[in-house]
Amino acid sequence: MDFIWLIPILPGVGAALNGVFGIRFFSKRASGLLACTTMAAAFVLAVAGFVQLLGLPADSRAHDVTLFTWIPPIALQTAGGIGTFQIPWSFRLDPLAAVMILVVTGVGFLIHVYSIGYMADESRGAYARYFSYLNLFCFFMLTLVLGANFLVMFVGWEGVGLCSYLLIGYWYEKKSASDAGKKAFIANRIGDWGFLIGVFLIFFTFGTLDFRAVANAAGAMPVETAHFGTLSLICLLLFIGATGKSAQIPLYVWLPDAMEGPTPVSALIHAATMVTAGVYMVGRNAVLFSHAPMTMEIVAIVGVLTALMAASIGLVQNDIKRVLAYSTVSQLGYMFVAMGVGAFAAGAFHLMTHAFFKALLFLCSGAVIHAMAGEQDMRKMGGLKKHLPVTYVTMLIGTLAIAGIPPLSGFFSKDEILLNAFLNNKIVWTLAAVTALMTAFYMYRLISLTFLGAYRGPAWEASGSKAVHEVPAHGPGAPDTHAGHGGHGHGAWHGPHEAPRTMTVPLIALAVGAVFAGFVGIPAVLGGGNAIEKFLEPSFVAEHRVAAKGLVGAELASARDARAETSSAPTSSAEASAHEKAEMSASGEFGLMLFSVFLGGLGIWVAYRFYVRRPEISEQLAARFAGAHRVLTNKYYVDEFYGATVVNGTLGSANGLWAVDRNVVDGAVNGSGWFTIFTSWVSGLIDKYIVDGLVNLVGWILERSSFVFRRAQTGLIQNYALLMLVGVFVFVTYLLLR
Amino acid sequence: MITPAHYTVLSAALFIIGMIGVLLRRNIIVIFMSIELMLNAVNINLVAYSSQLHNAVGQVFAIFVICVAAAEAAIGLGIILAFYRNKETVNIDEMNLMRW
Repeated sequence: MDFIWLIPILPGVGAALNGVFGIRFFSKRASGLLACTTMAAAFVLAVAGFVQLLGLPADSRAHDVTLFTWIPPIALQTAGGIGTFQIPWSFRLDPLAAVMILVVTGVGFLIHVYSIGYMADESRGAYARYFSYLNLFCFFMLTLVLGANFLVMFVGWEGVGLCSYLLIGYWYEKKSASDAGKKAFIANRIGDWGFLIGVFLIFFTFGTLDFRAVANAAGAMPVETAHFGTLSLICLLLFIGATGKSAQIPLYVWLPDAMEGPTPVSALIHAATMVTAGVYMVGRNAVLFSHAPMTMEIVAIVGVLTALMAASIGLVQNDIKRVLAYSTVSQLGYMFVAMGVGAFAAGAFHLMTHAFFKALLFLCSGAVIHAMAGEQDMRKMGGLKKHLPVTYVTMLIGTLAIAGIPPLSGFFSKDEILLNAFLNNKIVWTLAAVTALMTAFYMYRLISLTFLGAYRGPAWEASGSKAVHEVPAHGPGAPDTHAGHGGHGHGAWHGPHEAPRTMTVPLIALAVGAVFAGFVGIPAVLGGGNAIEKFLEPSFVAEHRVAAKGLVGAELASARDARAETSSAPTSSAEASAHEKAEMSASGEFGLMLFSVFLGGLGIWVAYRFYVRRPEISEQLAARFAGAHRVLTNKYYVDEFYGATVVNGTLGSANGLWAVDRNVVDGAVNGSGWFTIFTSWVSGLIDKYIVDGLVNLVGWILERSSFVFRRAQTGLIQNYALLMLVGVFVFVTYLLLR
Repeated sequence: MITPAHYTVLSAALFIIGMIGVLLRRNIIVIFMSIELMLNAVNINLVAYSSQLHNAVGQVFAIFVICVAAAEAAIGLGIILAFYRNKETVNIDEMNLMRW
């Protein structure tokens, strides 16, 4: 398994080649092929790594590869004295990472292929730039997933944020796209702040940043049930990072706006992979979190509130991609519910199934937008079923999967989360169940408005005939029409049409995934073995192999047994002491399952009734509850609220600080300047009139007095001689007469 | 009989004549000659008292004075000549270059 370092490097090489040479020299075909080839190779290696990992005994399924020492040893203060800060650039393949790299490379490869068709109308340079960004994203995402310590993960963490920014703002001539990119970047930065502080605190507490060492050290610490201690604080800070990256309250606002990017980007980054990085990170630190039950509570509550809020907004959105964006936020909330109730494996399972069906849904929406020449407003669609049969069928599969209809993948993962929520916290379960109902409703609403009913879009020029009502290929009036798309390189728009093969094949592949991905996690009550949870379990418990191998091996085994018996223990026994150990009978579990299926079916039935059978009902409802409808349409005014408080607050304080700068600081500098000028002026006056005056006075006095004394110097020798004579007389006379 | 008093009176008379010449005359040559008179008045005094006291030191002094007077005359006449070449006059009132 020493080759796993190649998995991130391959897309990185692709990104470098496409970025350095591709923009100038490669043909479109070459740059697309290069990007897809690197992803395919990475996928093959990921599968190989996964197979080798399966070959190992369950207790030792982890493999480290250290490439080089990244940060040489530095002595740093930690809680336990002076520690050594040394970071190797190392990767670790363990069950959780294996599942993630399979998702990233697999779904990523399909989306790369899809992009070849979807981005075909871009110019050559922009095409290579797009694939360079997309490959770079995969490089960073795989680094994030495979990193064996917090700092390597942080490199990937920041890198995917950067690529997200670059790809959201891919059509950078469009103001809304570049604004959305900035919004995403800034919201992510706020989260990254929390993550980074958390990492600092981890190093200060444990003296290391290696995931396994931290997990083992944390596993030996007492569970913080009664007080909010260091572990709880660390977990809260890490969770702040997760809220930024995974679009949870309060930082979720960037994700709906991120739909300004190309649709494959939305599928890959903003649905399947990057936004799940926060979930992955929480799962990666499962030991830390399970020792901080208070933070877990916060995670679960934030998760379920996000799920509910985003789903309710999704009920009334008319932009096809925005519905999916809010659906993504909502499903991410579900994953955090799973994390928060301690069902880390269920969360990771849902992450995986969600990657399949949400990527599928986004790519289908891309095919629809492609067919409608850039139109994204669902009110102008309808009846597309007969024009886009492949897209319709695959999107219906994705919808049924997300709605939790058995036996599609979403059913198993969502049901596992609902079950664990039910065992842990009834309020959370209630809200999550309401969310499930809403999810089924808005997804089937999307299907109904887009594919069913009557066609409501603009008329088109029938091929071959010169009709008068020509519709421009670009939808200039549509607000969300992206600038680069449309036209499709074949002149006037000839009406909705099925996407090319490069786009439909990934759809079919993902649909297959969305159908079958759930079968790895069939719960025991339905006769399955829940293979994925058993496979993932070692990633979520502390390893004490070095310290006390036998003891903990037994502990792990007993944890598994307990799980196999009840199939419901929220955590392994190491963590179970932190939680109320809940028991659940098989019939009760089966009942819950039936209930969630009923909720999904109900949502679909209501949506079908409202939007296909009797469309007037939805309008009547919207009119009757106009206030609620307006609040939902405006997304609870959260953007406006943030604009009024955070953005204006920041701008206001910046203006205030600028005023302080300008008046106080600049004033002080200018004041000292003026003061210097003034004092030097005074000092000049003193010099001129007092010092110079004294000198001149001395000279003047000497000059004046010399007028008196120079009279004596007549220059007449005889005068001098006479004076001498007089002097001699006086002297002699004095001598004689004394 | 010629007593030392005679010599003293003669010498005093010569000295006063010389001094008056120095103080009153404007011609520098005349002043120069008056200075010679004063020197010789001193010489008379020295020789007279040498003879009276039978001590030769006075006569030796007189010869010294004559030597110094000769040297002084040479230098003084040189200065006067140089001055005359500049000013075309020997009037002492014109010799005021060092005056302020």
